[in-house]
Parts: sequence; C-alpha cells; structure tokens
Amino acid sequence: MDTLLLKASGWLAIVFLAFIAMVLAADAGFAVHMAIIALAAGITLWVTINKADYAAIGRGILKAPADPGTYDDDPIRWGVIATIFWGIAGLTVGLIIALQLAFPVLNLNNEFTTFGRLRPLHTSAVIFAFGGNALIATSYYVVQRTCRARLAFPGLARFVFWGYQLFIVLAATGYLMGVTQSKEYAEPEWYVDLWLTIVWLCYAAVFIGTIVRRSEPHIYVANWFYLSFILTIAMLHVVNGLSMPVSLLGSKSYAAFAGVQDALTQWWYGHNAVGFFLTAGFLAMMYYFVPKQAERPVYSYRLSIIHFWSLIFLYIWAGPHHLHYTALPDWAQTLGMVFSVVLWMPSWGGMINGLMTLNGAWDKIRTDPIIRMMVLALAFYGMSTFEGPMMSIKAVNSLSHYTDWTIGHVHSGALGWNGMITFACLYYLVPRLWGKQRLYSLRMVNWHFWLATLGIVLYAASMWVAGIMQGLMWREYGDDGYLVYAFSEVVSAMLPMYLIRATGGLLYLAGAIVLVYNVWMTIAGKQRDEKPMTETPHNEELDKPIVGKPAIAPAE
Amino acid sequence: MSYEALRHFADSWGLLFLGMVFLTMIGWTFRPGSGRKHNEAAHMIFEEDHDDG
Amino acid sequence: MAGFAEKHKKLERNVTLLGLAAFVTVAIGGIVEIAPLFWIDNTIEEVEGMRPYTPLELAGRNIYIREGCYSCHSQMIRPFRDEVERYGHYSLAAESMYDHPFQWGSKRTGPDLARVGGRYSDEWHVQHLIDPRSVVPESIMPPYAFLAEKDLNAGDMVKHLTAQKRVGVPYTEEAIAAANEDLMAQADPEAVTTDLVERYPKAQVRDFDGDPDRLTEMDALVAYLQMIGTLVDFEAGEAQEEPR
Repeated sequence: MDTLLLKASGWLAIVFLAFIAMVLAADAGFAVHMAIIALAAGITLWVTINKADYAAIGRGILKAPADPGTYDDDPIRWGVIATIFWGIAGLTVGLIIALQLAFPVLNLNNEFTTFGRLRPLHTSAVIFAFGGNALIATSYYVVQRTCRARLAFPGLARFVFWGYQLFIVLAATGYLMGVTQSKEYAEPEWYVDLWLTIVWLCYAAVFIGTIVRRSEPHIYVANWFYLSFILTIAMLHVVNGLSMPVSLLGSKSYAAFAGVQDALTQWWYGHNAVGFFLTAGFLAMMYYFVPKQAERPVYSYRLSIIHFWSLIFLYIWAGPHHLHYTALPDWAQTLGMVFSVVLWMPSWGGMINGLMTLNGAWDKIRTDPIIRMMVLALAFYGMSTFEGPMMSIKAVNSLSHYTDWTIGHVHSGALGWNGMITFACLYYLVPRLWGKQRLYSLRMVNWHFWLATLGIVLYAASMWVAGIMQGLMWREYGDDGYLVYAFSEVVSAMLPMYLIRATGGLLYLAGAIVLVYNVWMTIAGKQRDEKPMTETPHNEELDKPIVGKPAIAPAE
Repeated sequence: MSYEALRHFADSWGLLFLGMVFLTMIGWTFRPGSGRKHNEAAHMIFEEDHDDG
Repeated sequence: MAGFAEKHKKLERNVTLLGLAAFVTVAIGGIVEIAPLFWIDNTIEEVEGMRPYTPLELAGRNIYIREGCYSCHSQMIRPFRDEVERYGHYSLAAESMYDHPFQWGSKRTGPDLARVGGRYSDEWHVQHLIDPRSVVPESIMPPYAFLAEKDLNAGDMVKHLTAQKRVGVPYTEEAIAAANEDLMAQADPEAVTTDLVERYPKAQVRDFDGDPDRLTEMDALVAYLQMIGTLVDFEAGEAQEEPR
C-alpha cells in the first residue's frame, strides 16, 4: 500500500510540474510538449491507482496467449505492434515528401506541412520509431532465449517501451512545430534528449541485467552486437546532444560546439547512428533469426567474432567521409576515407557469414519466403556496404556529395537491409509470440517480398541516375568556358526521376500494408486457404524422353 | 604535445600496437581446441527448442 | 551453493568485461579524430571580419533552423572550379566559427547559400519566400508566406545571447544588455543605430520585408539571408590561406 501511495504521488507530482511548466512556457512548442507529458503522467497515475488489471486488458486487446512463465513476452508483443505502426507512419510520410519534391503544391502552403518540417519526421519515424522499436523488441526476445532467463526488471522493461513511445511522440510533434536542433538524425531538443537518455539507460539496465541472470555459460554473439549498439548509441547521443538551453522553460537551445568541431561531432554521431543503430543492432537480429529460420547454425562462429570486433572498431572512424572537401582539416578527411574503405571487409565478412548459413539449404530460398526476404536483406547489406566505401573515396564523393545519389544509397540500405530483415523477423516472431501454428498466409509474404523488391529497385535506380545526372550537370562547362546549366535547370531535369522514386516508395508501402493485413489475420487466429509454398510436385508422367524423337533435333 | 608528434606516434607505435591487438585477437579466435567451444556456441540457440515452442 | 556463487560472479565479470572492451574499442576512433580538432591551431585559420550574429540575424537564423532549410540547402562551398564559379569563394572554417550548431548541410535540393548575402534584393527574397515559383518557375521549394504574416516573437534575446556566450561566442556585456533593443532597431529605419553598427560591423540596417510598421519573421529571415557569407572580404587583396 505504501509503495502504491509513493508511486501515485510521484506521478501526481510530475503531472503538477508539467502543468506549471506548460503555463510558464517561453514558447508554444514547449507548452504543447509539457501538456503531452502531463497527459502521459496523468494516464500513468490513473493506471497506478485504478484497481483494474491493465496488463490483462492489454493482453486482451492484443489477443495475447497466457503467460506460460518461461519468458516475459508482453513487452515484445507491444513492440511488434509499435514497430508495424510506426513503420507504416514513417513510410507514408516518406511517400508524401517524395511527392512534395515532384509536386510542390503538396506543401499545402501551410507551415506545418512543409518539406522542411516533414523530412525529419520521416527520417526519425523510420530510423528511431520503426527501427528502434524493432531493435528493442527483438533484443528482449533474443536476450531471453539465448540466456534462458526471463527479463530482469520487468517493470523497467515496460517503462522502456512506453518511455520510448513518449520520446517518439515528443520528437514527432516537435518537428511539426519546428522544435529542432537541426542536427540530422538528432533533431530533438535538449529536454527530449534528456528523456531519451533516461529511457536508454533503463534499456541498458534491462538488457545487461538479463545477461547477468543468464543460465547459459556463453553469451551468444547476437547479444554482443546488441550490447555494443546500446552502449555506443548512449555515448553518441550524449556527446552530440550537448547543448545550452536558452531557458529551462523553453524549447530552444544552442549546440555546445560550433562550426568545424560541431560538424565533425555531428557526423561522428550521424555515421555511427548508421553503424551501430542500423548496422550492429540489425546484425544482432541477423545472427539470431537467420540461423533460427534456416534451422542451421551460423556458418562460422569464429568469423562472427572477428566480424564483431573489426566492425565496431572500424565504424567509429568513418564519420569524416560526410565532410570531404569541406573546411574540415585534410588529415581528418583522409583518415575517414581510409577507414571507410577498410570497413568494406568486415561488412562483407558479415554478409558472407549470413548468406553461407544457408549452405546446404539453398532450396529454402525457393520454398520459404521468409528466408528469401532475409537473403535479399543480406544482399542489399552487401550492396550498400560496397557502395558506401566507394562513395567515401574523395574523387567519387566530389561527384556524389550533395546529390540524390546519397539518398539512393541510404535507401538501398534502409529499405533493402533494415526494412527487409525487420519484416522477416516480424514474420518469424508473430506466430511464435501469439502461439499460432503458422502465419495467416505465406503467399502474402511472397507478395510483400516482390512489391518491396520492385519498390527498392525503382527507388535505388532512379536516385542513382538522378544523383549522377545532378553531379554532372552542376559541373558541366560549355565550349565558351561557362557553366552550361543554371541550378534551376538541374532541378527541373529531376522531375521524371522523382516520379519514379515516388512510385518505388508507393510499392514498398503497399508491401508493408500487405504485412499489416497478414499479421492482423494471424493474430486473429485465421489461416488462409492457399496452395502451400513448396516445390513443384514431381510428375512421373512427364519425367521421361518423348518417345520417337531424338533428344536433340539435328541441324538443318 | 604537438599535433606533429602525435601524428608521428600514431603512424608508428600506435599503428603497430593496434595491428598486434588485431592479430592477437584473430590468433585467439582460431587457437587450436577452440573449435568445439565455438561449435557449441553456434548450436546453443537451438537447445531451447526442446523445452518451449 | 558457494560454487554457484563463485561461478555466477565470474559470469557477471564477463559481461562487464565484454561491455568494457566494446566501449574502449568504439571510443578510440572518436578520441583520435575529434579531440585534436579542439586544440590543434590550424583547425581554424583566423580571418578578418568574423563577428557574432546581431540579435536580428540570430533570430532569423533560428527561423532558418526551425523550418529545416538545411534539409535542402548547404552552406559549404567546396574548392572546385564549378562551385566557386556558381556560388563564390570556397568556404573557410572560420566562417562558421560562431555557428552553434553548424549549418553546412548535406544535400543540395536547392542551391548552396553560403554566399547568398547581397546576391538578390530584399524584394526578391520576400517574393521568393512567399511564392517561390513566381520568381523561379522551375523551383520546387515550399512556400513560406506565413513568415510575412507572423510577428517576430523571438523571445528574450538577452537570454539567447547569454546562452550563446556560455557556449563560447564572444558577445560583450553591452551587446547582451542591449540585445532586445538591437533586435528592434535593426529593422527599423527610424531608429538610431550607431551603437548597433559599432558592435556588429557590416550589420545591415533597414526594413527587410517591405512593411516598415511591423517586425515580422520575414524581416528576421531576410536579414539573416542577406548577411550570410558577407563578413569576410575576399577581394581585399591578400590571400587568406597559406599555400600547402
């Protein structure tokens, strides 16, 4: 009873403080955010003092099976739903801003819907909301299974989930209101950054606590990748987020560093958000779910260890390749380029390790659409980790930087690698988490696969062409010794490419909607009546030479 | 300490040190007799299948 | 029982060790690359003319950040013939030394703005921001008509300049004390601005948005756009860079 009282008064105090901060706020953005925090704390207060068993109600909504007591899967189920929800939201905003670039009228002449405000909404929604929820959910799943232990600190694990959703809501509403630090992929303002730091430390505590409680002597390699992802993101987030608030009751802050130093800190962060959030974390998913789905151990466990140490060592140096030929000192640029090129090796080591896990079971690519998605993800991982080092070579970068080629590169990694491996893991997880025999439909997984693949191909190809075209047109000189194209002419030349890109995005989104339907029906306990996704049946009748005719027709 | 001196150190001893660390790590991973341990680790994710669905 | 505790302790140490080793491995690169930038002398070559932003320019810059202009416009001219001809002298490190945060950008959906100051008239900027396609038919820029309608509500500029000073921008005590007056004065053709111009050499003092009765967000943004890249005089004879 005492703890209940203590908890309730704590939440009440937060409601009260947030309300006061809202009233005294220096700007509208801060006031709205304090209102959201007061509301969130109020809901938590209600849940705390109300006698109703909200965990059971939540389980009812999600149609979750009863807890057998082995593993703590509730936060993972919530995480799967959140991943899908934010995925659809992020992809939709992506499609909208892609169309805005082709049809500027879609900016709607309204401050809340301009490209400048929606673009961080898209990037954060897909990276941190979709990717982040996928990482948290799968890490909870993997760490329990590989440690044969229930989650340490179950209350904290749930706080991490809801706290992270609050972070997403604060960040997203902030972007729409123009509350931004302008640091790409680290736009949230100081108080949202502080909140994320708290949530992240709790996440680290849950994850490491579970490893400490494990009953397996060995820590499986997937957990190494998750661990390095959690620790490194904490370090990057804190250093890059250092800033001086103008007022403790306002949203605006000024970054601690300026100019060159700020630029390198930002891209040290930015590149390693790719390296540790979108690579190390997702490789952890790869090292668990690919062997599980293929039903065979990882190709070489030794290679995975070398992959781990060399990847995390090399990645952190590569940031300066975002600043080639800028005012950053040359030595830093060269260092960044060299490490980026060397990084190609561990990246491909990891890709080969994942692909070769299928050694001896290659037929699964034909018969199992989930394996097929995983293979495609690894193929795109390989392609973008080849393209990346290539673009970090200064001579190539002089052409590719500032163009849509970078956008294409990012999306072949994000849609191809992160998206596809996440979808494959979701398809793996949903029947297991909801205690179903199988997915509603494997054939719809196949449709999803093809819609997404076609979408990525259109996206990457059009942006590749657009980028190189831009780069070449900007630097083209005529016989008279003058620049041939005005900037505006290059802009109008992009229209067909932007239309193809938007089509690609639409197809990718359509694939994700097929996933939503499939997952929905699976959770509802339905199974689609369909032909199984197996090999073509053997037909003995046809399996013989045609009688009376020679096998090879003689030449006339 | 000047930039030049540090640069010199990084190009020589620093490089040598990190190179040695890298080789030691590879040597350790491939040391004779570790094969069984690694094999066990690689298979451990399938053990749970015996007790839960 | 004692055996179990012993074993458990060892396992705990292992995850700590793993975490520590991973953390050291990822920390090396950042330390070696970033730390020297803060104490190596030749990171930023001093150039003449750089000064902190005036309160109005700073307010305009905050609008530039708020609207996410950096998503599509870089402020970093690379030392290539075509870029120098298209945008002007390549950017120097010193030119962003008071930029908290930097606005170099990473994408040119629109042109570079590192030297846009003084290139177009105020009227052009206002018209272009209200309806980009009325002056550049090929443009795909969003319209920012709402800037002209919103009164500038920059907040207490004394607090802004104080925060800037705390992160290392050399504002004087007088400049901080006069921040709110300076903000109003710079866009007011009637105001006495001798102190303002003395504090901020090359500060442009006039009504920017074509509506002298009001101080709008448009005033601030145009004031900022008109000063970007104008502080360093590249035509002043001497080479600014040492040959490498």
